Amino acid sequence: MVSRLSFLGVIARVFMWAFLLGLAVVVLYPLLWMVVSGFKTNAELFGDPFALPVDWSFDNYRKAWNRGVSDYLTTSVLVTVTSTVATVFVSAWAAYGLTRVDIPLNRTVAALILGGLMLAPTVALVPLVKMFQAMGLYNSFWALLILYTAFRIPFTTFLIRAYMIDLPREVDEAAEMDGAGRWTAFWRITLPMCKPIITSTVLLHILFTWNEYLFAMVFTSGSGVQTLPVGLTSLMSKHGTEFPVVFAGMVIAAVPVVLLFFLGQRYIVRGLADGIGK
Amino acid sequence: MRAIVRRTLGLAWVLPALVLVGVFVYLPLVQNFQFSTLEWDIYSGSQEYVGLDNYRRLLDDPVFWSSFGNNLLYAVVSIAFQVFGALVLAALIESVRSERWRRSLRAVYFIPSAISLTVAGLLFYFLYEPSLGPLNHLLRAVGLGELAQAWLGQESTAMSAIIAMSQWQGFGYSTLLFAVAIQRIPGEVYGAAAIDGVGPVGRFVHVTFPLVREMTGLMAIVTVSGSFQVFNEVMVMTAGGPNNSTQVLGTWLYRSGFVRNDFGYAAAIATVLFVITLGIALAQLWVTRSRRVEW
Repeated sequence: MVSRLSFLGVIARVFMWAFLLGLAVVVLYPLLWMVVSGFKTNAELFGDPFALPVDWSFDNYRKAWNRGVSDYLTTSVLVTVTSTVATVFVSAWAAYGLTRVDIPLNRTVAALILGGLMLAPTVALVPLVKMFQAMGLYNSFWALLILYTAFRIPFTTFLIRAYMIDLPREVDEAAEMDGAGRWTAFWRITLPMCKPIITSTVLLHILFTWNEYLFAMVFTSGSGVQTLPVGLTSLMSKHGTEFPVVFAGMVIAAVPVVLLFFLGQRYIVRGLADGIGK
Repeated sequence: MRAIVRRTLGLAWVLPALVLVGVFVYLPLVQNFQFSTLEWDIYSGSQEYVGLDNYRRLLDDPVFWSSFGNNLLYAVVSIAFQVFGALVLAALIESVRSERWRRSLRAVYFIPSAISLTVAGLLFYFLYEPSLGPLNHLLRAVGLGELAQAWLGQESTAMSAIIAMSQWQGFGYSTLLFAVAIQRIPGEVYGAAAIDGVGPVGRFVHVTFPLVREMTGLMAIVTVSGSFQVFNEVMVMTAGGPNNSTQVLGTWLYRSGFVRNDFGYAAAIATVLFVITLGIALAQLWVTRSRRVEW
């Protein structure tokens, strides 16, 4: 009886591992195929999509780079860095104000800022286009910086605020006794204590900005202001017959965020988990 | 008096956030209602008040309804794979003894969620490509050549092909979150179950599932909300074609406004999206507030 049970247990384990590893192959194979195809010539790709390239040359990467990917990458980095800094600071200020400063209508202010979480960006699309055209910022770097910041403030404030609520208050009060102003207390004491959640929010914001498509597509059209996700579709429509060049561009777009995920996995998971149910 | 001034000055902390969210998130929302009552050509600038005409046109627009249906299909399939499938998968992963394997599996499954939907969408565009695409090659190689087809090029398969890509891209994300929820279940609970002689399946049904019920509810809500905001992958893979068969509300809004220059109509679609997503968000709020089991 015992041996039969363990026999069944072994069968179950084998099936489970076959399933888990099979799924890993389903996930990894398309990605590997993309990377390998980025090294092939067009003729090789059309000849046999599964074969390895005859010689591993970076030609396609060079071509992709020179056909706009360098511009898209620059814009992506610029928009990502500026909007991350803006979002995280504005949100940390707001979180500090909501948890540490006695402000009028505290609950209303919190509800207003966090309520933004409930609104889908698509809904605001038409009026936003009109607004940015009127401001003369349509098709500019500023449009993306402003939109990415404004639309991510609710989520980022939510995470930082939840963290600040759990921090001990005694330290802040002690600082105030010492005569340090609120501004000093924020920079010297509260913000350093929030380092783990700040790291989470920074990483999540980078992931968001780097991959965002809706706003990037609607608000930019020239190659000087396009980020990678939109740039890749331009590359595709302009050089769509040279598939390996497009693959090279896709790999360039994907590698930084995959690396970022592996380096900051702990913080990203924490931010995502807190963000969904705290 | 000084106290009042001091309190009011405190508002400076929240002012930047309030202004940015107010001007760029809330104001457009209000304007959208107004715009949805206009017949509006953005290039010539002509505007005419038409009341609820745009909403009436929605009801008679077959593409609006098929878009809505596609969003709904997206939601149903995603609930199956990215909520219940992911939950079972997370439980399987967490039953693996080696911590290193658990961590590796979770990370590998998550990779597609880290890369953008644009990259994932383009990748699958090539995988589905009728002549060079690996999918058709594979089918021919295993003798199922008659199943090889233009996956994204025909109305009967295009939407399913996009949804399949989206499951591939998104299941690792929810699996990761479920794994976190399962890790938070104290070991003693399982120990007690083991003493009672409960097998692995019973353990999942009677212990794991009830204890991650709140996370399951939240994931379901987030998944449905995401299903109604689909845009990126459809634009990249089919742009709504062939013959509007893969339009979803987001892409139909875009096409109506920015391609067909019918901004009032686009704003009316946006209102529908607003009502749906707000309703879902309020449900989420309700679930978080009324949580019962907390670890």
